[in-house]
Amino acid sequence: MSGERTLWGLLAEFTTPDRLVVACRGVRDAGYARWDAHTPFPVHGLDAAMGVRRSPVGWFVLGLGLAGAAGGMLLQWWVSTTAYPLVISGKPLFSWPAFVPIMFECGVLGGATGAVLGFLLLSRLPRPFHPLFASERFERVSDDRFFISIEAADPRFDRQATEALLGRLGAEHVEPVETGGGAAGARARGER
Amino acid sequence: MSDHARIEPSAARRPTVTLPSAATEPPAGRRARRLPAIGFGLGAVGFGVSGLLAGDGARFYASYLVAWLFATSIALGGLFFVLLHHATRAGWSAVLRRLAEHLAATMPLLALLFVPVALGLERLYPWARPEAAADPLLAAKSAWLEPGFFLARAAVVLGAWSLLAWWFRRRSLAQDATGDPAISRRLKALAAPALIVFGLTLTVGAFDWIMSLEPHWYSTIFGVYFFAGSVVAVFATLILLALAARPVLGEVVTAEHFHDLGKLLFAFVVFWAYIAFSQFMLIWYGNLPEETLWYAHRTGPGWEGATVALAAGHFVLPFFFLLSRAVKRRAPTLVAGAVWMLAMHYLDLYWLVMPSLDPAGLRPHALDAATLVAVVGFGAGAFGLLMRRRALVPVRDPRLPESLSFENV
Repeated sequence: MSGERTLWGLLAEFTTPDRLVVACRGVRDAGYARWDAHTPFPVHGLDAAMGVRRSPVGWFVLGLGLAGAAGGMLLQWWVSTTAYPLVISGKPLFSWPAFVPIMFECGVLGGATGAVLGFLLLSRLPRPFHPLFASERFERVSDDRFFISIEAADPRFDRQATEALLGRLGAEHVEPVETGGGAAGARARGER
Repeated sequence: MSDHARIEPSAARRPTVTLPSAATEPPAGRRARRLPAIGFGLGAVGFGVSGLLAGDGARFYASYLVAWLFATSIALGGLFFVLLHHATRAGWSAVLRRLAEHLAATMPLLALLFVPVALGLERLYPWARPEAAADPLLAAKSAWLEPGFFLARAAVVLGAWSLLAWWFRRRSLAQDATGDPAISRRLKALAAPALIVFGLTLTVGAFDWIMSLEPHWYSTIFGVYFFAGSVVAVFATLILLALAARPVLGEVVTAEHFHDLGKLLFAFVVFWAYIAFSQFMLIWYGNLPEETLWYAHRTGPGWEGATVALAAGHFVLPFFFLLSRAVKRRAPTLVAGAVWMLAMHYLDLYWLVMPSLDPAGLRPHALDAATLVAVVGFGAGAFGLLMRRRALVPVRDPRLPESLSFENV
């Protein structure tokens, strides 16, 4: 891919989770909206420091879970009363107590599917490439470093002011991340 | 602090919580100081009224058994909470453990309050009557269902619970003075075998005291059923106690702790339903007369309303009510759920005991209330006595800092 290299955003590196959390509070309080924190492991208190709202993924779980349970019961009702009526141990065709375990399992299946699909949908995944992959330093996000990325698309983004803010908040290193053509394309092709 | 917590949250992320002095000192509130007098006073009135209403005793023993099981199951749940806390090295619950220790330590008094049940054996249990010898099934079970052996088992079971509750509370109080972390390690090592003893004795208790009311009937899952209800009851009770202690404890017990208590309450509501349905479905499917009779008494005319109310009130409604995060983090809604579940737990025990003695139907009686006031009053009085002159949280427990700064992710 060729073309203009455009600034995607700034990537700030931190050495400890504590410094990251403190910095996140600063970025949050500065009013940024399009930014994220990247860590090698879950950090307690990070959600609050970032001002992240509760995820609505539970509603997907509830909806698909109830649908799964209802669907499981309906399927068994239809099969045993209409499609293939069969008297088993002298019990009524619609013997609901026997159907409850299947209904329960279908509910669990629906709920789990809802959790996975809801998560993928809300996180806009799968996403095979991300501009941050262009940064060499970012590789350590899966090891021992902690990052904040602020997108240039953020209305409050200003190359100098944002970089200064990140510096003030204790970043070890701040670098611009670009998309298109150069660095990202080179990295994607495996060239160093 | 758990041994597995390698990455220690540092000051930047952990809001510094210091114990308010009220929490480290014995509860000074007027309510707490008066609790023994109020509890024992109400209990005495309850026993007095029960005595006046008892008449020939038939109804008294039935009502009393339900009331005694209600109070005992809460103390038993408290013991389970303490044992589980130690066995799993739980951090989050350290601020709540003292309340559970006091709850469990009411067990010796409740063991004493078993005496009226022992006096009413013939009234309550068909196998204890002389005509049982003529019943071939009961004659075959007579080696186990025999008054002397029954009472000996009750003594062993209640003795074991009392001993465990007393010891775990005693060591915990000793740690308040010394702060010795070795006590936590010792209790952890002791908790696992204690849980085995707990599970076995609980099954014996539930089989003897409740299941043998209809001695032809048997269900091997019955002990677990009683256990599930007891744990629901103790989480509901702990929610109410922790909230009552809030003026003293300040911010020591936070929304995070209530959230977790609510989650566990919810989990055990589901567990109870799972066990209750497992028992029902197998008996329904097998359709053997000896087994179905028990359910026939509960789904036949007179009791079917109570059965539907129990299924709806002990599972369906609380399931959807307690599902929401907000409900579990706000005190008024969580308290509503806890009070409701305690009422449902009473209904559950009532539904286990009464149809066996009175298959004709649900007939509430003044003795139900009087005996409940009597036993719960005495239990609350004992709880008040145990709480006096003691800190409300285990102040020098090594896991306390983790509990104080605990947050749900």
